[in-house]
Amino acid sequence: MSDIDNIIKAEIDSAEIVLFMKGTPVFPQCGFSGQVVQILSHIGAPFKGVNVLEDDGLRDGIKTFSNWPTIPQLYVKGAFVGGCDIIREMFEEGELRPFLAEQGIELD
Amino acid sequence: MGQVASRIEEKLKAALSPAHVEVSDESHLHAGHVGARPEGETHFRVVVVAASFEGVSRLERQRRVMDVLSDELSGPVHALAIRARAPSEEQA
Repeated sequence: MSDIDNIIKAEIDSAEIVLFMKGTPVFPQCGFSGQVVQILSHIGAPFKGVNVLEDDGLRDGIKTFSNWPTIPQLYVKGAFVGGCDIIREMFEEGELRPFLAEQGIELD
Repeated sequence: MGQVASRIEEKLKAALSPAHVEVSDESHLHAGHVGARPEGETHFRVVVVAASFEGVSRLERQRRVMDVLSDELSGPVHALAIRARAPSEEQA
């Protein structure tokens, strides 16, 4: 694995829910990243935001790592779950809470 | 419909034989944002209803759509929202 892959792997393992996003949870700098932050906050899911705009290596590296061309990207317990469309669909269809509960994550 | 939009629609039709496909250019909603170009055609929303999505996970459906449009995604298209459904899920 390259250095950037190791850094990404360490980030993904650093919290149960990790969101690679543009901007920060408090100041998202992209509408799609902002939507995922809103959904996670709404259901009370604790998550760590990783701002890819702070590091070009990270911004490109995460796309290669997951073989997924867009950001945001959500990881739960080390596994890639999806981007904005998938998280929104899961939320709208009432699947997101049960999914996180199955993963053993406590919602506020 | 713009050039990029029609190419997106043609490619999706050719690759996925969808029962229904819809391509919306939402670039005007993002004018002035990062990735927006004055000539537009940067932000798209697509709806694809295809029998081949039946029993296929959300991740895999999105990957199939993005694979078909990989040239556009690495070129003029800055953002692409995808709704990928199987016909049985649309009959509500």
